[in-house]
Amino acid sequence: MDFSYTQEQKMLQESVQKFVQKSYDFETRNKIMASERGYSEENWQLFAELGWLTVAFSEADGGFGASAVDLILMMDEFGKAMLVEPFVPTTVLGGGLISALGSAEQRAEFIPKIMEGGLQLACAYAEANSRYNLSSVTTTARVNGDSVTIDGLKIAVLNGSNANKLLVVARESGARTDREGISVFMVDADAPGVSIQAYTNIDGKMSAQVSFEAVKVAVAARLGAAGRAIGALETVIDRATVAVSAEAAGALEAMLQKTVEYSKVRKQFGTAIGTFQALQHRMVDMFIECQLARSIVIRAAMKLDSADDEIEKARAVSAAKSRVGKAIRTVSQEAVQIHGGIGMTDEMDVGHLFKCVTALAMMFGDTDYHTARFAAL
Amino acid sequence: MNADFTAEELAFESEVREFLGAEFPSEYRDKVDANIRLSKDELVNWQKILYRKGWAAPNWPQEYGGTGWSATEKYIFATEMGLIGAPEPVPFGMKMVAPVLMAYGSDEQKRRFLPDILESNVWWCQGYSEPNAGSDLASLKMSAVRDGDDYIVNGTKTWNTYGQYADWIFCLVRTDNSVKKQEGISFLLIDMHSAGVSLKPIYLLDGYPEVNEIFFDEVRVPANNLIGEENKGWTYAKVLLTHERTNISGVPRGKRRLRALKRIASDTDDGFGGNMMENSTFKNKLAETEIELQALEYVELRTLAALSVGKAPGPESSILKIVGTELAQKMDELFVELAAYNCLPFLPEQFEDGFQGNPIGPGTAASSALVYFNNRKLSIFGGSNEIQRNIISKAVLGL
Repeated sequence: MDFSYTQEQKMLQESVQKFVQKSYDFETRNKIMASERGYSEENWQLFAELGWLTVAFSEADGGFGASAVDLILMMDEFGKAMLVEPFVPTTVLGGGLISALGSAEQRAEFIPKIMEGGLQLACAYAEANSRYNLSSVTTTARVNGDSVTIDGLKIAVLNGSNANKLLVVARESGARTDREGISVFMVDADAPGVSIQAYTNIDGKMSAQVSFEAVKVAVAARLGAAGRAIGALETVIDRATVAVSAEAAGALEAMLQKTVEYSKVRKQFGTAIGTFQALQHRMVDMFIECQLARSIVIRAAMKLDSADDEIEKARAVSAAKSRVGKAIRTVSQEAVQIHGGIGMTDEMDVGHLFKCVTALAMMFGDTDYHTARFAAL
Repeated sequence: MNADFTAEELAFESEVREFLGAEFPSEYRDKVDANIRLSKDELVNWQKILYRKGWAAPNWPQEYGGTGWSATEKYIFATEMGLIGAPEPVPFGMKMVAPVLMAYGSDEQKRRFLPDILESNVWWCQGYSEPNAGSDLASLKMSAVRDGDDYIVNGTKTWNTYGQYADWIFCLVRTDNSVKKQEGISFLLIDMHSAGVSLKPIYLLDGYPEVNEIFFDEVRVPANNLIGEENKGWTYAKVLLTHERTNISGVPRGKRRLRALKRIASDTDDGFGGNMMENSTFKNKLAETEIELQALEYVELRTLAALSVGKAPGPESSILKIVGTELAQKMDELFVELAAYNCLPFLPEQFEDGFQGNPIGPGTAASSALVYFNNRKLSIFGGSNEIQRNIISKAVLGL
């Protein structure tokens, strides 16, 4: 048994830590969020130089190895700093789908561009009535000779307004929730018939609602075999689920640390509020929650990297997301409560962490969804 | 033992229901249902409608224009208001400063301030908390130094809800530094339009500046704005805090929100072809909420029964505050869970009056995270729930 990081992983972790500590404080983040694109393109190019954009890809595709443990180690630091750059949508979701479903030509065309920082992607899968069920797809793709026509509305498209290409999950055949008949198409964001309504999420990340009206793409824009994408989509979303669970675990630890620090300096009744046992025990419970969250995320990442059985992997992912969602509730609410009024203000980072983890709690399915999925698998 | 209303009380209930149904403007009701904040003018207008009916101040004695209702009648009125979604009067004038004026103000002060509060001509805000005096309110520092017929006031107040609307503020100020901290505090009324008063909005997590920081720089306040005696302000303030904690359980509002949750759940697809009302986990959560509301309602009714036989409101109001606020927050979570991805967009402007854009998400879904964020205040303000637990621990359990 060995829970230590390899030398390579330690270097990756240090590189991310160094960046967020030196170049991503709360005020810098606020400036980035207020900028036109809502993320820093300069940072993105730096991520490419540092090799971070290769982490999600296999060595065969020229990447760092697509290890889930590598991924969570980065996401953890991103979570603490509330990073808004579209790392998950472009590399884990978009890149993940190309890598899982794409032909050799498609992989060779797009993956190097992603790793070089020259291609932004977004995955348009969720719909108004799909909730968290990935096989609930009403967006249609009608093939006519060499051309495909796409119609439908997608919600919660992370990075949708900054993406060059959208990976659109659409139905070629079957009923609304059938697992068969679902395909993924790569669509240019500026293709005629694509309208993008951009907005900022509660966690400061850019997102969009995207409608497709008679959007024409070539059949060659399909990733993988017609109507057979659901398995790969689930695998990719599972990996992203572990990524955001790690992001949340990092953010929760930041909230705990800030709460403990604040309780040592905030004085009421002539003493630091951290001396009150009623509050001490609650911070201890926050700590325990953080440890459970972190541990189950590590477990999920290890299973993704080493388990042979797909069901075992999926159960590990749902277990992690379910448990992290529970930890999010307790830790984030207690952090705000113990800060008091100041924790509710826009000026303090703890409140923004609260908003970040609230979003992460539902990303790719909330606790109830993943508990039910765990039980059903 | 019975929990039934008498025939007279039932008749009163019908009268209130009928009045509110007819007179609470439907456009306000639509806004409340849509999670859109009512404007200052609308809140004042609604209050004036109640005033014209003679129902503006249920908790005031009749001699000052109150209703003369029994505890049960007040309860019925508050319940019907909550069920229909009608906003309670902004509490700072009606429920906070007015009782203090009645108990400790001079006749001149009563004449000067109470009628305008009753008619909602003047908007009050509360000047209690300071940056370093929150739960430990008595450690407040804002100073008032006597200078002839005036006080010269310096300091900072914070968390002033709707301070941007306020004409007047009631403040706890320090008038003596040489004694025990509770004994050097006075209760002073300050005109917000005085020279030296400035205000900085505090934006909360929902993107709205609901509270403010208010700065007092050499503000000259006539000494006849002092309530009661100098250095007795702490005693007066404690009276006020008991009033602040009545009607805080929010049971009627909770019932209304539970209805909304059920309606939204029935309209929300579960992603598998059914709706969220058919999702057994979610349904159980709604059931737990309803059960908790029933238990809380009966705590409140038992408190009410004790009040109507003349017992003073005791520390039980702390139970209502703790459970009521935590239950409201639990319901906020359920709205967020139902909204799922639809509550991710941060669109405060979509829930502001006169929004002209293209709304994102169905109904109130995109506001549910905003409400969840904003309502974290419930367990912090009005005496944090930790302070309420201290009160029960000391006053009830004798610990």
